[in-house]
Amino acid sequence: MLLSIKNLKAGINGKEILKGINLEVNRGEVHAIMGPNGTGKSTLASVISGRDMFEVLDGEVRYKDKNLLKLSVEERAREGIFLGFQYPVEIPGVSMTNFMRTAVNEVRKYHGLDPLTGGDFLRLMEEKKKLVEIESNLTNRSVNEGFSGGEKKKNEIFQMAMLEPTLAILDETDSGLDIDALRIVAQGVNKLRTKDNAFVLITHYQRLLDYIVPDFVHVLYEGRIVKSGTKELALELEERGYDWIKKENE
Amino acid sequence: MVHLFEENRGEIIRNDSEAISGIRDRSLDHFRETGLPDTKLEEWKNTNLAESFAKGYEYHFNPVPVRDLQRTFHCVIPHLDTAVIGQMNGWYVSQDVPLIRLGNGIIMGSLAQAFRQYPGIIEKYYNKYSSEDKNGLTFLNTAFAQDGVFIYVPDNVKSSKPIQLINVIRSDENLFIQPRNLIVLGKNSGLTLVHCDDSFNHQPSFSNIVTEVFLDSHARMDHYKLQNINNNSTLVSSTYFHLEKETVLDSLFLTLNGGLLRNNTRVLLNGDNSHININGLYLMDRKQHVDNYIYIDHNARGCSSKELFKGILDENASGVFNGHVMVRRDAQKTDAYQSNRNILLTDTAKVNSKPFLEIYADDVKCSHGSTTGQLDPEAMFYLRQRAIGEDNARMLLMFAFADEVVEKISIPPLRNRIEDMVKRRLMGESLICDQCVLNCGSKEQPVEFRIDKEMI
Repeated sequence: MLLSIKNLKAGINGKEILKGINLEVNRGEVHAIMGPNGTGKSTLASVISGRDMFEVLDGEVRYKDKNLLKLSVEERAREGIFLGFQYPVEIPGVSMTNFMRTAVNEVRKYHGLDPLTGGDFLRLMEEKKKLVEIESNLTNRSVNEGFSGGEKKKNEIFQMAMLEPTLAILDETDSGLDIDALRIVAQGVNKLRTKDNAFVLITHYQRLLDYIVPDFVHVLYEGRIVKSGTKELALELEERGYDWIKKENE
Repeated sequence: MVHLFEENRGEIIRNDSEAISGIRDRSLDHFRETGLPDTKLEEWKNTNLAESFAKGYEYHFNPVPVRDLQRTFHCVIPHLDTAVIGQMNGWYVSQDVPLIRLGNGIIMGSLAQAFRQYPGIIEKYYNKYSSEDKNGLTFLNTAFAQDGVFIYVPDNVKSSKPIQLINVIRSDENLFIQPRNLIVLGKNSGLTLVHCDDSFNHQPSFSNIVTEVFLDSHARMDHYKLQNINNNSTLVSSTYFHLEKETVLDSLFLTLNGGLLRNNTRVLLNGDNSHININGLYLMDRKQHVDNYIYIDHNARGCSSKELFKGILDENASGVFNGHVMVRRDAQKTDAYQSNRNILLTDTAKVNSKPFLEIYADDVKCSHGSTTGQLDPEAMFYLRQRAIGEDNARMLLMFAFADEVVEKISIPPLRNRIEDMVKRRLMGESLICDQCVLNCGSKEQPVEFRIDKEMI
């Protein structure tokens, strides 16, 4: 078991948003979490990655047999948790190259490895840029600064390729993408899939799942996973919308 | 201070022409009226000098012999070819001649010597725009000033190498010093000046520095002011720029360390189509205080002035930005922009920011902005989610914030040096070493004080 979430309750400013989540993710699996807006999908991603504005009220999260909730944001990242942001942050003045070199070397240091030399790092960057088909000039700029919506999302996939996470949570990475960008993002994910890592795709639409075939699909509604199934569940949701889920849970 | 002047007038005026002595006496009269600035004055509301004055200082009317000259002035910037001028405790330092005239006509050296040797130039440019400032400390400096640096660049001469003016305080006494610098750029001339204020040990000092800069038409100046003094010292640095038409001035104020620092900067745009950029960066912690006061007087058409001042304040540090842009009635087509941005790292750090536009012309483009906040928590989370530890994430964001100012430095070796200093400062390294504050662990390098005529 890579990730095990039991009865997780969490909220913000005293308001409970997650009301008892249970989820298990094994290495090699791709899970899709779907659901209407405002049901807690992004909150779940935030709690797993350790964003401190959210408060865990109850339950437990284990990752690689560790109590995940005790680790800092950066420790979780160094242990292989990657969050693809719904709204990647623009950081003027911090170059992509400097950012990624610092990130990669922090992970290496955590695992007792020497930092990459400048040459090795640049080779790694070139290799990953090709893998995810990111334009060369994006890495010469400040982090996400002035990037289009599509470029920002591609940049998330590029960073994921650089950091080679064990568990990648992609929060609405498909939102706001045209079909070409969506294809590039999906191909990036498919190329990075191995038997040792896992993906959690948070998405509102089934569209992404045409390109990345999930092993499991979960429906999150009002802070709980109310339905789980295989990829066929996504198709059913696409056809029938979320209203029947809402009705079933009223 | 009035008493001190009267008692020592004979010493003070020993290099003067009659005109200079007259200027002193008038300035002392003005000082009698204004007194020392206090917080009742709007321009000094947020900077209180009372504690600084209370420390008690020694005043010298003659230079104290300099020891260890090489060690004191070895803070040269690697790979930056500059002509170094030294100032020790307010006095020009020379090993041979106090004032030199180079082959291309540039005159540089001691102001005291220039009083004697070039009375014509002195009377034309000395204490002109500065005399309009109703600032008690400037009046005081004008009354007392005995020495400082004099640089004269004749018409059509462009100094090919920067001049680095290093003003060092090194004494076992608490010194009160009042150096005076006069820099004149003739028509269509050019000069890069790197002006450093440093202190050697931890002895309290009070520096009341006045620098006058005159740019005749079509002149261009790059001006860098680097301040790095000890935590017990006070520095009031008043710089008066008088710009004639079609001149360009790029100025940077970098404040890295000091107990209390006040930069009084006044710019008179007296001719059409001149362009100035004044940028500043201050990185303060402990109980340090920095105050940047900038007054820009648009008194001609088609001029632009751009100000960007950024600061990071940690612990109990405080900062003031007071930017006043005056656009006079006939200064049509003025383009003025002021921006002050601050990051406060603690709840106890504070900043007072007051960008201010006073506009009497109707066809102008003017804007200003001011922001004060913490490090962006979203950016912090983003960096940390990418495995970057909290300290490194803060460093990256602080450096990125500061670099917007640093990257404007057009001389690469100087930019690299300052980037390095900013990084070290942000990492919390004290730059006040036991020796020269700019030493930064670099090997001692000999400094040639004999000015090579081929160099400029």
